[in-house]
Amino acid sequence: MSPRVVFPNKILPYLLVAPQLAITLVFFYWPASQALRQSMLREDPFGLSSKFVWFDNFKKVLSDPNYLNSIQVTAIFSVSVAAVAMGTALLLAVMAEKVVRSRNLYRTLMIWPYAVAPAIAGMLWLFLFNPSIGSLAYGLRWLGINWDPLLDGEHAMALVVAAASWKQISYNFLFFVAGLQAIPKTLIEAAAIDGAGENKRFWTIVFPLLAPTTFFLLVVNTVYAFFDTFGIIHAVTGGGPGKSTETLVYKVYNDGFVNLILGDSAAQSVILMVIVIALTAIQFRYVEKKVHYG
Amino acid sequence: MAEPKALMAEPKALPPASGHDKLMIGQSKAGIYVAHAILILGIVIVAFPIYYTFVASTHSLQTILRPPLPLLPGDRFVENYSEALFGGVGRIGGVSVTTLLFNTTIVALGIAIGKIIISILSAYAIVFFRFPLRMVFFWLIFITLMLPVEVRILPTYKVMVDLGLIDTYTGLIVPLIASATATLLFRQFFLTIPGELVEAARVDGAGPWRFFKDILLPLSRTNIAALFVILFIYGWTQYLWPLLVTNRNDMNTIVIALKKMISFADADTEWHLVMVTSMLAIVPPILVVVLMQRWFVRGLVDTEK
Repeated sequence: MSPRVVFPNKILPYLLVAPQLAITLVFFYWPASQALRQSMLREDPFGLSSKFVWFDNFKKVLSDPNYLNSIQVTAIFSVSVAAVAMGTALLLAVMAEKVVRSRNLYRTLMIWPYAVAPAIAGMLWLFLFNPSIGSLAYGLRWLGINWDPLLDGEHAMALVVAAASWKQISYNFLFFVAGLQAIPKTLIEAAAIDGAGENKRFWTIVFPLLAPTTFFLLVVNTVYAFFDTFGIIHAVTGGGPGKSTETLVYKVYNDGFVNLILGDSAAQSVILMVIVIALTAIQFRYVEKKVHYG
Repeated sequence: MAEPKALMAEPKALPPASGHDKLMIGQSKAGIYVAHAILILGIVIVAFPIYYTFVASTHSLQTILRPPLPLLPGDRFVENYSEALFGGVGRIGGVSVTTLLFNTTIVALGIAIGKIIISILSAYAIVFFRFPLRMVFFWLIFITLMLPVEVRILPTYKVMVDLGLIDTYTGLIVPLIASATATLLFRQFFLTIPGELVEAARVDGAGPWRFFKDILLPLSRTNIAALFVILFIYGWTQYLWPLLVTNRNDMNTIVIALKKMISFADADTEWHLVMVTSMLAIVPPILVVVLMQRWFVRGLVDTEK
């Protein structure tokens, strides 16, 4: 950081950081350290005594078929959400770049879902696709598909992926539009004059130049699918049917608050923290690069 | 919901565009029509669930229970909305929709305003003062970026119980207002303010408080507006946290209450009222986003100037 002109004051700065620091210590560091401690303890079922078991909880969690299932569910879910939400948003952003007329109107209409709570997004989609009263479920049955997200795990997964992606399209759209605008038009026009068709121009010029935005969004969408979609899962499927939509975050909640297996839940929390830290580190490495060369 | 990451440097948002489509080199007229068609299709998909919820909220329960639902609004708008808003005893566990909307508004405003205040203060301290432990504090705050509430729910819940904050507005708001994002954004912005400005203020005899109030705050107006939109949405759409720290129905936010209203298994769900409540839960944040669109887009994409 460059040397700055500053105010000489001994006490004031401490008072200024105090509120944020106090809240951070009480609600972040204290619970996080508790999670670490708890993850190495095993309590008896009545919570009367606990003993220190080192990494036994982690071993237990990582060899639990339900946990492995939940890792697989999370992977499928995140990859699908990122692919659907980013693919759709990119297509729409490229189209929005082409048109001039009513461009702002399109954007205004496109950003609505951002303001809808994930849980509500899930409920709206369930309303449309619920087997007994859903109008679109009615349509699917009419097409001969035996649609039932309440009983069929794959259907349930498709439904939560659709709801989660739908909500994320707005965000991705805004970033892709911004990314597209940063690409110099002269490059594209030069390629057009040289005879490159629309498809070729997109894949050889626009798409590679968009890579920083795409990569950034990939991280953001992964974090979103991991953590922010709890509301969708909780409101729509409750992890079911069976355990076919039980994501990692949902399992932490379920084991901790519903099944009350504290050690396991804490160990899972710690594993999640490691995942978040890794994702954030990746993101910042990238942002750093962007600052230097961008 | 974790906060949106708005840390990337990106150029300006959409320039004001009006008038007719101008063809660029290599663009065909047909291509433009296809683009419009795809955009319209995209908007239909994006808007349909919300539109259909509105349609459902204007039909009677009987119509909703016999799919498919008509594509146009019905004639029960006034009945349904007045029943949901004023209909005798509250619908959701004895709580009226107005209470729920009030709770949600308090939480959303509390989170947005609280977060802006504590983070502008700490960013001010970190950028404009030199004091021992400054960088330690900065890193302590910065690391919380990596600990979303979802990964430490159980111990945080325990802290809430120990502090007696279950079923209180404080419990709903305070744990969510400490986060690094806003602090980092203000720090980023403050670093762009030239040192001469501080020097001039000091020569003129302005103390730190005067400088903050008369120079820094007015300069930060756009940043504050942008952050406000994003944080308001963030607060309004919270789910996991309110679910954990509220037991009493009258402390629920509207999102949690909606979840409690719906039961797909039994036929008792009063769908027409559920749909009205959904609309009431969706419309305020949509209005904020659409009416404050300029700041919203800036806040998301463009904060790092």
